[in-house]
Amino acid sequence: MTQLYLFLIFMLVAAIVAVETKSLLGAIIALGAVGFSQAIIFLTLQAPDLAITQVVVETLTVVILIAAILKTTRIDTTKGVLTTSVLGVAFTAVIVVITIQLLRFLPSFGNPIMRVSEFYINNGLAQTGSANLVTSVILDFRAYDTLGEATVLFAAATGVIVVLRKIGKKK
Amino acid sequence: MKGMTIIVKTITKLIAGLILLYGIYILAHGHLTPGGGFPGGVIIAGSFILFLLAYGKDIVYKRLRKNVIAFFEPFGGFIFLVVALLGAVVGLFFINFLNKGTPLRLFSAGIIPICNIAIALKVGCALFAIFVAFQILGREE
Repeated sequence: MTQLYLFLIFMLVAAIVAVETKSLLGAIIALGAVGFSQAIIFLTLQAPDLAITQVVVETLTVVILIAAILKTTRIDTTKGVLTTSVLGVAFTAVIVVITIQLLRFLPSFGNPIMRVSEFYINNGLAQTGSANLVTSVILDFRAYDTLGEATVLFAAATGVIVVLRKIGKKK
Repeated sequence: MKGMTIIVKTITKLIAGLILLYGIYILAHGHLTPGGGFPGGVIIAGSFILFLLAYGKDIVYKRLRKNVIAFFEPFGGFIFLVVALLGAVVGLFFINFLNKGTPLRLFSAGIIPICNIAIALKVGCALFAIFVAFQILGREE
């Protein structure tokens, strides 16, 4: 539990550094620190599937972002505007108050409501034949969701290639 | 982009194959151990990206044509949809119509390994295509 809180505090600090620093390379490294602490938190909470995915995707994201800034600029040149900052702080305060009100309705940490997942845990191996229950959920019980996820990724890749294409672009 | 120094090239030559093999392992054992199509595909794409970074685009494009990515990315989605629609022919959309076999063996769990391979093709090719777009297509004089 202490480990969990330590990594959460580290994630908060790294996220603030990522937003506030002027060097874009430093911001990307801070973002990577957030992602890898998230992976360690997943491992602490005994979710190795998510931890593997988080580590792999975070590595690739950092590499892609560094490839992007090597082509553009390395220094953040945007300047803060006072009214925008005040509005942002006020908006965040409202969101935090609403979230704290809503969080009281969640079940306490470590005691989830096992209404649907109880069925998956009891019948997953018998009905799908897959020893890994996470895979049996994402590719059998909830395969329609995975289809939607694949469509989202397809749309994202198409969008990036359309924006960065060379053929047929106006000079 | 010309590629990096000889140290990086030698290390890449040793490591890239191992990373590819690890990705295939994560992908093929997705229904037995933690992992599956998504991380497996991303690890395989990562080995290609490492190769591209270390050796530069000229040498890689001699071996790997651009059409390969453009073909396999929709092909993965196509396999996934075909498996789903074959299930719809037998009974329900995405029903597990193949023989489930004994649990904990490599060839078991019916359609799940096929779906894993399809998702890995799709995810790996999509992320590799995004990287290639940033690395090569963008802002080149």
